[in-house]
Amino acid sequence: MADIRFEGVHKSFGNFAAVDGVDLEVKDGEFMVLLGPSGCGKTTLLRCLAGLERVDEGRVYIGDRDATDLPPRRRRIAMVFQSYAVFPHMKVYDNIAFGLRMQKEKKAVIDERVHSSAALLHIEELLDRYSSQLSGGQRQRVAVARAMATNAEVLLMDEPLSNLDALLRLEMRAELKTLLQSLDATTIYVTHDQIEALSMGDRIAVMNKGRIVQLGNPLEVYDNPSDTFVGGFIGTPPMNFLEAEVSGNGSSSIVKVSGGSFEFPGDAAALAGHDLVLGIRAETIGVETTVGEGLVRAKVIVLEPLGSHNLVTVRCGEDTLKVSIPADLFPQPDSDVWLRLEPTRIRWMDRETGTAIHTGAEALATDTAVVIS
Amino acid sequence: MALPRIRIGRVLAYVAALAISAFILAPIYLITIAAFSSFDAVYAYPKNLVPKEATTETMRVFLESDGVTDSLRRSAYVAAISIIVCLALGTPAGYALARFSFRGANPFQLALVSTRAFPLIIIAIPLAVTYLRVGIDDTVYGVAMAHIAFTLPLTVLVTASVFAGISYELEEAAMTLGCSRLSAIWRVALPLARGGIVASAIFIFVTSWNEVFAAAILTFRNRTLPAQLLAALDTSPLTYRLAGGFFLLAPALVVIFIIRKYLLTTWGRVAR
Repeated sequence: MADIRFEGVHKSFGNFAAVDGVDLEVKDGEFMVLLGPSGCGKTTLLRCLAGLERVDEGRVYIGDRDATDLPPRRRRIAMVFQSYAVFPHMKVYDNIAFGLRMQKEKKAVIDERVHSSAALLHIEELLDRYSSQLSGGQRQRVAVARAMATNAEVLLMDEPLSNLDALLRLEMRAELKTLLQSLDATTIYVTHDQIEALSMGDRIAVMNKGRIVQLGNPLEVYDNPSDTFVGGFIGTPPMNFLEAEVSGNGSSSIVKVSGGSFEFPGDAAALAGHDLVLGIRAETIGVETTVGEGLVRAKVIVLEPLGSHNLVTVRCGEDTLKVSIPADLFPQPDSDVWLRLEPTRIRWMDRETGTAIHTGAEALATDTAVVIS
Repeated sequence: MALPRIRIGRVLAYVAALAISAFILAPIYLITIAAFSSFDAVYAYPKNLVPKEATTETMRVFLESDGVTDSLRRSAYVAAISIIVCLALGTPAGYALARFSFRGANPFQLALVSTRAFPLIIIAIPLAVTYLRVGIDDTVYGVAMAHIAFTLPLTVLVTASVFAGISYELEEAAMTLGCSRLSAIWRVALPLARGGIVASAIFIFVTSWNEVFAAAILTFRNRTLPAQLLAALDTSPLTYRLAGGFFLLAPALVVIFIIRKYLLTTWGRVAR
């Protein structure tokens, strides 16, 4: 049993507040991803949990123990480092056995656990090699096997895939997720790659400037970003943001963007008094080739066929938008298209604070989700 | 056209290497064969470049000379003490310099280098006077202390650069796997620094074994080998001098030959 709790954690380096007041609870057995751009404090937060950094303020709990002042070796954690940190002076076998030997396990137990960990990561034939004789992907596997061998309650991963090439990363991502599903360890996974975060995490904590700006399951974070930062950071392409004004009263209002206007059926009272930014995901924008009711005109700038779908960059008044369209639709540059900005897909943000304003009209992708189990 | 030019470059490189090797090896070779020749052969002229017979006559006479075995033993003691103390003090200091940023780290490093700027001759008299006052003149420990003073700064700098080349993340990984700060150093950093530490030990050994000036002014009866040879130089026969020369250079060569593997890995690491 090891749930994890950060309470008001602060950590500064000189004048730079790397972690600036983080409260976070991770449930036992959960896969939590810390996601954010470089310098957002996610690795520092992880190192505070590992005991490699001392927190300046706040407490860190692992299980029911206050771990704030414990050294790393007393925290019952295992960690995979970005550089893998495979010991160069030991063979792969001794690397994996290192933690077990420190725990003074019996020789037979060590041997059995080393082989089972190596088998899980398909590196049994490498046990007799040194780190310098391994490829990057193999070293990564050794690092994971070494962390898993000790059966730690908490598994910490600091950008474990970021030094692999793209193809290997894709392969390893699914393999790692499969592997971690079979363990019951609580996992904290740090990454700057939003696709990794979305694809692997039970929940994602998005960090910016030392704080957690949104905490939720991957679809929530993707579909309903808490502010313009999260919307702009997560998703390829990132969320589109347009200047917009809403006028009207009662049950119906008119949304004006620089390229045109359309009707907004929901209750717009929540939006009153805000300087508004309209946020909308590329794949939720409808594209029509003929003019129609409630459509906004846009001019195609560039078309990027991506195989599974096409990505068009369009100019709509003063705004530039990215729109995903079906792979069989090829609007040529300089041609006109008409955009349908589906009101239930629009996410309103306050321009000054950047935070989301909820009108109650939002539909979520999870509303219609189908889970097969 | 490019191919012959490369070949000529190769040939020149080999010629240069041979010339340099010959320049260094010739005296070593001559001293070595002289040390194992008979008296007659040593004094013979013209010299035989290929020894006709190997005999221990010259060596035996040298080793049986007054004070030679004692001075050999003392030299070994002094070198051993120097190596042990230098590494015991220098390795932790080098580690601290590489791993921690502390106030005065840079001036400290500069101070270490600047100790090399004082010629021994300048401090020789004050040093001898101090030794006499404290009462450690004419002792093995006194000479060892002087040798430690010469070699410790370089030991610190060399080990610091070696530790700086070892990723701290490796020690952190060891700590997450159950090591304390100290045991992480012991199990990970030190084994990885072994090459550099061995290189430092060689440096200390060679410096101490061949050091003559401090040993000569700080000792009177209890002399180390170089000091003993220096004192006896003008009153001893040629055979004595050649055998003594052999004893000065042979251990250094043997030691370097044995541990050259570690030396090369250290250089490889520094060059990386």
